[in-house]
Amino acid sequence: MISCLALYRQEGRRESPLKRKDGVRMNLESLLSEKRSLIIKKWRNTIVDTYPEETRRFFKKEKDQFSNPVGNIIDSQVGTLYDELIKGEDIGKISACLDKIIRIRAVQDFKPSHAIGFVLELKRIIREALGSKVSLNGLFAELELLEDRIDKTSLLAFDIYSQCRQKIYEIRVNEVKNHVGKLLERANLTVEIPE
Amino acid sequence: MADTPKPDELAKIDHIPPLLKGWMDTPAEIKPGIYCYGSKPKDLNYVDMPNPRDWSPMDDDWKLPEDWEGIIHEGFKDRRDKFRTLKLFMDICVRCGACADKCHFFIGSGDPKNMPVLRAELIRSVYRKKFTTGGKLLGRLAGARELDEDVLKEWWYYLYQCTECRRCSLFCPYGIDTAEITIMGRELINLLGLNIDWIAAPVANCYRTGNHLGIQPHAYRDMIDFFVDEIEDVTGVRMEPSLNRKGAEILFITPSGDVFADPGTFTAMGYIMLFHYLESMGLDITWSTYASEGGNFGYFTSHEMAKRLNAKMYAEAERLGVKWILGGECGHMWRVLNQYMDTFNGPADFLEEPVSPITGTKFENAKTTKMTHIIEFTADLIRHNKLKLDPSRNDNLKVTYHDSCNPARGMGLLEEPRYVIKNVCNNFYEMPPSTIREQTFCCGSGAGLNAGENMELRMRGGFPRANAVEYVHKKYGVNMLSCICAIDRAVFPNLMEYWVPEVDVTGIHEMVANALVLEGEKERTTNLRGEPLPGMEDEEDV
Repeated sequence: MISCLALYRQEGRRESPLKRKDGVRMNLESLLSEKRSLIIKKWRNTIVDTYPEETRRFFKKEKDQFSNPVGNIIDSQVGTLYDELIKGEDIGKISACLDKIIRIRAVQDFKPSHAIGFVLELKRIIREALGSKVSLNGLFAELELLEDRIDKTSLLAFDIYSQCRQKIYEIRVNEVKNHVGKLLERANLTVEIPE
Repeated sequence: MADTPKPDELAKIDHIPPLLKGWMDTPAEIKPGIYCYGSKPKDLNYVDMPNPRDWSPMDDDWKLPEDWEGIIHEGFKDRRDKFRTLKLFMDICVRCGACADKCHFFIGSGDPKNMPVLRAELIRSVYRKKFTTGGKLLGRLAGARELDEDVLKEWWYYLYQCTECRRCSLFCPYGIDTAEITIMGRELINLLGLNIDWIAAPVANCYRTGNHLGIQPHAYRDMIDFFVDEIEDVTGVRMEPSLNRKGAEILFITPSGDVFADPGTFTAMGYIMLFHYLESMGLDITWSTYASEGGNFGYFTSHEMAKRLNAKMYAEAERLGVKWILGGECGHMWRVLNQYMDTFNGPADFLEEPVSPITGTKFENAKTTKMTHIIEFTADLIRHNKLKLDPSRNDNLKVTYHDSCNPARGMGLLEEPRYVIKNVCNNFYEMPPSTIREQTFCCGSGAGLNAGENMELRMRGGFPRANAVEYVHKKYGVNMLSCICAIDRAVFPNLMEYWVPEVDVTGIHEMVANALVLEGEKERTTNLRGEPLPGMEDEEDV
């Protein structure tokens, strides 16, 4: 996580406002804000589409956060994650959003690459959503910076996924230890060296 | 019970039945982290279960007996004729899907075969082919299919992804109990020796030694002695719980999880302290090292096995000559006791209707079984002002309550636990209504699924419950999840560690004991876990 944080900082903040045809200055950030709802919707659908058809319907339709926690968490976290990614300032918030989604996917029927692959999908979705506006406004450099940030975020997702899996293994080992070790000790069948 | 919805409320229900398309062409892929290890031959042999052998779910060859299809066919026919419910549940489902999104495993996994309707359809489809004219003639058009090895493996995989919690049955307009379908399905595959290790081993241990872990009487005694020492350290009072005492008025039976696994052990200490407190008021009670298990993994194997394992309760009560039985905080133990024990092992005409020796209250609901739940017993004591309690000793806790599935849905114990909690601690917060009481979400590890190798399954199955706990943790600062089930106490610490690590787990009688003011006690500075009581953080003894 530290290495990712460092990568975020190196990138710095870049202001490159450009003029639109109508004379209004336009940068990538404002373009992305304009297309926010479309991009978020597509990104959410990309995640939901990794589930079987029956499940997709349920994840999209049921709005109660307790009846459908997975669908609602995807819904709520994708928006926040998108906003934080665009700003690229608060790695804590980005991690928190990723954690909410990946903690679930780490225990579902996904290969590791499928569990975190949705992060990289954002690059394709953004390019499709902006289309020719990127070249018209000469925003390739800015887009490259954003895509670089998305790449780093996918590394962060990898860290989080690994931590979740590690936690599962820790829980398994500790459960076995507690079952056997404490029992032997309490039944006076083993005696530890006193401190 | 829930209120009956009014016509205008019913009219608002926007329901689309599930598609249920293509599932027959999607064979089950058995995955590590989800499946449980297969049963071992020594355990099946010990209790005379059929077709014992070494086998692994990950192998292509499950070493099935030669006539396995015939065995299933005969077994199905036999059960269809014997159990009216099975025939009814196989025939009447209209696949409306009202249950589909109510299962914690479906909600947490997103796997459509965890929808109760589809999990049942795995079996129904074979039933149609074998036993219905439409199914025999029309095959797939009538939702029927042949039973082959892939189908059998699919049965096995998904029958051990159901905790028999019955949340889905609450929403079925026909009242179909999918848990009963799982129970029957497990009975059928057990005819082929296809149990899981985590169920088969406790069953064999329970049959031989009396409890799941195979703890022998002297080790049980050692644990009780250990508790007595611990309690003396905390309270300064030496207690003398009796074991196997003939002539006692009441026999106490609790799940062995309370005696051998944290944090259930603190609940066991709570029982000892409560009984000691009541001794001078006329309580005459004994524990047993033989009836040393309230839980019954036989119930997750077959009705016959449940009956065999449960028989020790009445046998021990008769041997000791007690008048009635008090039972500890447990989940499925109470489902068996409340709904089956009377017909399994009764009539218990050598026992008397339970009457509290302290308050005189008759527990009429236990008139036939002669066995009362300790939470009812304690709630009655508090109601009659018989306990001196200092709830401020639990002021470090912000408590929520998980309705354990079987006591809540299986026997309607909804108010008593809450009444006791509110009297022994000052900070109690309910989880959202759609996740408690009759609608409670399962822990995700019941019905024998609390093995270690299926941890991912347990984490996803417990997610809807953990999600509701996280909500009250964030909203009210809840830091303690209470429950009245030994499996809950064993599995929730792990579930919380993964999803809401700031929340710990307790049984209700642990909180009762911490609040209970004993005669002759020293100034209490710690709770039963050795943690400082509120305001005692700087004391030397801590």
